[in-house]
Amino acid sequence: MMGFKQVMAALTACVLALPALAEVKIKEVTSPGGITAWLVEDHSIPFTALELRFRGGTSLDAPGKRGAIYLMAGLLEEGAGDLMAQDYAKALEGLAASFSYDTSKDSASISARFLSENRGEAIALLRDTIHAPRFDQIALDRVRGQVLSGLRSDAKDPNDIAGRAFAAMAYGDHPYGTDGKGTIESVTALNRQDIIDAHQAVFARDRLYVGAVGDIDPKQLGELLDTLLGDLPETGAAIPGPAKVTIPGGVTVVDFDTPQSVALFGQIGIDRDDPRFFTAYVMNQILGGGSFASRLMSEVREKRGLTYGVYSYLVPRDLAAVYMGSVASANGKVAEAVHVIREEWRRMATDGITPKELQDAQTYLTGAYPLRFDGNGPIASIMVGMQMQGLPIDYIATRNDKVNAVTLEDVNQLAAELLDPDGLHFTVVGRPEGLESSSE
Amino acid sequence: MIKGITWASAIVSASWAGAAFASEELVSNFTLGNGMQVVVVEDHRAPVVQHMVWYRAGSADEPKGQSGVAHYLEHLLFKATETLESGELSATVAANGGKDNAFTSYDYTAYYQRVAADRLELMMRMESDRMVNIRLTERDIETEREVILEERNQRTDNNPRALFREQSNAVQYHNHRYGVPIIGWRHEMETLDMEDALSFYGTYYAPNNAILVVSGDVDPDEVNRLAEQYYGVIPANPDLPDRLRTEEPPQTAARRLTFKDARVAQPYVQRSYLAPERDAGDQQQAAALFLLSELLGGGTTSYLTNALQFEQQVAVYTGAFYSGMSLDDTTFSFLVVPAEGISLQQAEEALDQTYAAFLEDGVDAEQLDRIKLQLRASEIYARDNVDGIANRYGRALTSGLTIEDVQAWPDILQAVTADEIIAVAKQVLRPEVSVTGWLMRDEEAIQ
Repeated sequence: MMGFKQVMAALTACVLALPALAEVKIKEVTSPGGITAWLVEDHSIPFTALELRFRGGTSLDAPGKRGAIYLMAGLLEEGAGDLMAQDYAKALEGLAASFSYDTSKDSASISARFLSENRGEAIALLRDTIHAPRFDQIALDRVRGQVLSGLRSDAKDPNDIAGRAFAAMAYGDHPYGTDGKGTIESVTALNRQDIIDAHQAVFARDRLYVGAVGDIDPKQLGELLDTLLGDLPETGAAIPGPAKVTIPGGVTVVDFDTPQSVALFGQIGIDRDDPRFFTAYVMNQILGGGSFASRLMSEVREKRGLTYGVYSYLVPRDLAAVYMGSVASANGKVAEAVHVIREEWRRMATDGITPKELQDAQTYLTGAYPLRFDGNGPIASIMVGMQMQGLPIDYIATRNDKVNAVTLEDVNQLAAELLDPDGLHFTVVGRPEGLESSSE
Repeated sequence: MIKGITWASAIVSASWAGAAFASEELVSNFTLGNGMQVVVVEDHRAPVVQHMVWYRAGSADEPKGQSGVAHYLEHLLFKATETLESGELSATVAANGGKDNAFTSYDYTAYYQRVAADRLELMMRMESDRMVNIRLTERDIETEREVILEERNQRTDNNPRALFREQSNAVQYHNHRYGVPIIGWRHEMETLDMEDALSFYGTYYAPNNAILVVSGDVDPDEVNRLAEQYYGVIPANPDLPDRLRTEEPPQTAARRLTFKDARVAQPYVQRSYLAPERDAGDQQQAAALFLLSELLGGGTTSYLTNALQFEQQVAVYTGAFYSGMSLDDTTFSFLVVPAEGISLQQAEEALDQTYAAFLEDGVDAEQLDRIKLQLRASEIYARDNVDGIANRYGRALTSGLTIEDVQAWPDILQAVTADEIIAVAKQVLRPEVSVTGWLMRDEEAIQ
């Protein structure tokens, strides 16, 4: 094994040139009826992944109807057209297709996967699902029971407790300040008309983004889009304005009897369209971006054994941007973890980063980028995300250049401006020793 | 259907052994001179490779009193070797734009990297190095023990469902190591030391106990050449022990447990039965059990879901689970999450009555056809995720199966008849071999 390190260094040096990017050839397709989609054609496997996303999400809930959109999305697979829930499910199984639904604070998504051999039938069923969901009262009551069961579980889950407490503090009365699933009270009070209203609020052409990947050509996709989406109404509920973010520095302890405290921490973040976003992205990779080599992982886990995992992440949502992180640590140790994290925040703000840290982060981020494009479904989802962020269709080819363009000075200047160690707020759920809620 | 909690995870801790297997033409395999098996799954759509090494050693192979040592050692393999500093392997993977990690189960421990395809050689160089060359310090031993205890806190002690599952497994397995948690019992984890870790390492980490699984944009001949160069030169361990494990005695009495915890918001009942696993050359019974689980609890149209959620409306969730990929006897299990106002007693009775009615009604031929159709389609969808196919080979080959068994499985599933399903149900799901658990709120403790 002599000379292993030298050989490896040589090997590493000669391959440090950027790995070949996955060649993702995106075409923009506009249907005869005027609906635009991004398409990656790949005829090697006889199926297509189709991603539909509607901007707005659970933030479109009408006043007093919190949870209506989340419940509505859960009801989409409970029957459509002439088919009640069980017959609908049998029809879907008989096509071996899958349709799944998701809602977030900013969007509602439909992810579909269907075989080429029965594409027409699958699309007809999905069309009914979007245009003619039944929302039968019996299904509404059954799924409401599932949502309420989930809400009762969330109320005793330390991660959910922390998330709700932090959001309430940060966003107040804005929709971001409460859970899109609603509350026991609000969900219990929802009726069938509320669900119909939620459906009308969400699904509209002026907020639609489409990505398709797989065994389909532009003409076929264009026809599919008009069949599936051509009859959607032009507009839906108004999207709320930006949230006012209030995060005072300090600590909030939420008492919960469990052996390990869960902490969520955060401060004001940076918008996705801010010119310094890539600088922040690189900075976060170094501070707490999820690799074993990040400063937070190194200091809190590797050196001190205080946690299994500690992470920081930028959360640039449509209506507010925050910079968040999380850690879980035994009640007797969490105070030290909080202290170390705050000091790492301070060290980054004060001393900045090293050239090696910058280079390592850039090689990692640029090299890891192609690993995301690992299947038809993931690529369709990425393309829809790009459209929602207003990115150009050739973005994939230029994205790594943007990462590489970030300089040491950029990061250090941004770290000094953005990172606010004393403004960082920790919401700690558990029975932490040596931590108390700060007084305001 | 709302996925508030992933209920399936309440009962199945290991990954679900789905039935989606890819066309055989994507897969090639060979064995190195020292006995190390190699499997290659090709997909040339993107210039990416996944490189994995699987060891036929998991928590069920641990010595008594050292529960958790397999997983502890997995963490310690990221420390120094003769030629790499602590953390340098992961840092090198990251500096090459890759991601790496590892996982431990009852029957295996596996390490992997996903990276640009032209970095495969570097991955092999580092992974083969840590197969035999780790160098641990006492500080690694102490700090990493704290990390695994925090991992136990996070995964188990902070989660009443996980604590309940741990207790249920202990009741299910009286004499087999599947009754001991993979992460370990806390009191034993606290005593794990250098000697325990190195002893497990020296016994099981050797090429003749390992499987290399490479998937993605690679040429099998090139993989073979590199594997010979890096793994082929490591001597086999001539003292590798057979995986002889204690077996469960016949169960002659139904077992019950109740677990109460103030953090439980949603009580539920689960029922499990010791069940045969997939065996090399003998997978018919396992295939029938898998289809039985799909018929009973595999989704919206399944028998239990239809009866308990749609007709009787006594449950918010129902499921049936069978994980056949296992070296030794596995379990078949039910989960019923009662609707508001329904007691666990009522939920359990509804489960019993519904299962009895299923046996009386027999298999719905149309439902069985739909399930088989979906299994055939899943072979098409699986080709979109060759890393998933690679994982299945890794799990199978560490669970006593062969490549031929993996490739035969889709056809065996298609050939199962309704009569075989009812027969296996009657043979395996008998009351006297059941374990029934209630997860309950501890109301007094939350005053």
